[in-house]
Amino acid sequence: MTTRTGEKPAGRSRRLAAWLHAHPRAQLRLLLSAPLVWLVGVYIGSLTILLLNAFWTSDSFTGKVNPFDWSLAAFEQILGNDVYRTVALRTVGMALLVTVTDALLAIPIAYYMARVASPRARRFLVIAILMPLWASYLVKIFAWRSIFLGNGFLAWVLQPFGIAGPGTDEITNSWIVFSYLWLPYMILPIYTGLERVPGSLLEASADLGARAGTTFRRVVLPLVLPSLVAGSIFTFSLTLGDYIVPDLVSDATFIGNVIYDNSALGNFPIAAAYSLLPILIVIGYLLVARRLGAFDSL
Amino acid sequence: MVEARWVRVTLRVATWLTVGFLYLPLVLVGIHAFNESRFMAWPPPGFTLRWFGEALSNPAIPVAFLNSVLAALGAVAIALVLGTLAAMAVQRHSFFGKESISFLLVLPIALPGVITGIALSSTFQTLGVGFGLPTIIVGHATFCVVVAYNNVIARLRRLPRTPEEASADLGADTWITFRRITMPGMRSALLSGGLLAFALSFDEVIVTLFVAGAGTQTVPIFVLNAMQRPTELPVVNVVALVLIALSVIPVYLAQRIGADAGGGGRI
Repeated sequence: MTTRTGEKPAGRSRRLAAWLHAHPRAQLRLLLSAPLVWLVGVYIGSLTILLLNAFWTSDSFTGKVNPFDWSLAAFEQILGNDVYRTVALRTVGMALLVTVTDALLAIPIAYYMARVASPRARRFLVIAILMPLWASYLVKIFAWRSIFLGNGFLAWVLQPFGIAGPGTDEITNSWIVFSYLWLPYMILPIYTGLERVPGSLLEASADLGARAGTTFRRVVLPLVLPSLVAGSIFTFSLTLGDYIVPDLVSDATFIGNVIYDNSALGNFPIAAAYSLLPILIVIGYLLVARRLGAFDSL
Repeated sequence: MVEARWVRVTLRVATWLTVGFLYLPLVLVGIHAFNESRFMAWPPPGFTLRWFGEALSNPAIPVAFLNSVLAALGAVAIALVLGTLAAMAVQRHSFFGKESISFLLVLPIALPGVITGIALSSTFQTLGVGFGLPTIIVGHATFCVVVAYNNVIARLRRLPRTPEEASADLGADTWITFRRITMPGMRSALLSGGLLAFALSFDEVIVTLFVAGAGTQTVPIFVLNAMQRPTELPVVNVVALVLIALSVIPVYLAQRIGADAGGGGRI
């Protein structure tokens, strides 16, 4: 049989194959060991050690962390300082604002692509939205920086109205750039979701006397909600952890900046304790999103 | 068509405004690459090709490109192997904790890059591993696995099992069946997963910053450093234009490979 398929008969590997065939658990172990060693050993291991830092003390003079010297000092320091709460609220608020902005921008274009555009225009638009998605993240931030500059493009556009350019310090810059960066991540799942909504449902709703707004609110929106939530995973969690955008286009401090700055200073207990916040928020968000069926719409 | 005329017209206007919003910054960067002035004031006082020459003679740029490509290739290779193994385990076996595997895989990409970066870099430091290309590859592979996994498992779900059973009935062992039946069935999923992972790695900044060390520059690290030095802005514009032009490649390939790669974005 083996000669007919052109394979060399190899006694040992064939015996192993037969044995594996008879022992599915061993097969499973063989399949899972490498990915688990990598993800649990390398990734979860590193993450755990980092997070354990949150419960250790660091020498206030040298900044060196004393492992296994348990304390809640880092948490006390964070809870006792209003700045940490302000930064957390600012970041979560921004993540929510960006999510809402992107949803509002994405729904019309996704609806147009899925229900109104000709097949040719639709193909063109899908590619037109994929292109900026694949373009470099830093290039896009760099481009916006040049737009915001005191003598940049925006200042030139606003000049006739007597308004000055925003410069590169305003927190609203972060809002615009975040919304810009993650917009394609919101458009594509909503478009895919809308494409799956059968047109007959909309016709039925119209036949029953519902106006456009009512049909949208009571038929379309509930059906595309999982896709919207799927898109919001990107807009929300990507904003929550980013520290490059606020650093480059504004002077605002976000959760990511606090973690970065503390780790750069060697203050690992604070960095680790503060890291728990976005981790818990993202995990909570993912769990809710999974309940809403968003994972099937990714 | 259920939608009223005014709805359609409004949607069309909104659509093209949004497309304009998506392209405006990219077009402006493209124009600035030819800007005669060193500074990115608008409107440009004149146009020149000078910065392209300056970019070509900058030795750091080809090195950064080479590093980025090598890092991405390494990360893609590891991610494809690990992702395929995990996908085959989850799709074809039932075991305790199966539901949490996809959660575990998505964590490195879902959690903020700064946390992954700090965690990996302090582990490397503790273990005494020197920073460089290998540590970049490890870091990138960690968050690329999920991309390969998602593509492969989606394909495995649709792939009928009967050809594999027929292959086994005809006397082929597990390896031969995998190589000649399962593998060809998964090929385009591996291609699109690999493509996504490559793009993800090629563009990654934050984790790279933590695990690259001082001596190794990838393209994003080069851009990040150079854009904060006013004298290098014109060169950044040229590199930016090249990167924007390069993003046509994955879009084109994704369209060629098929619907699998195009839809869901980068994940």
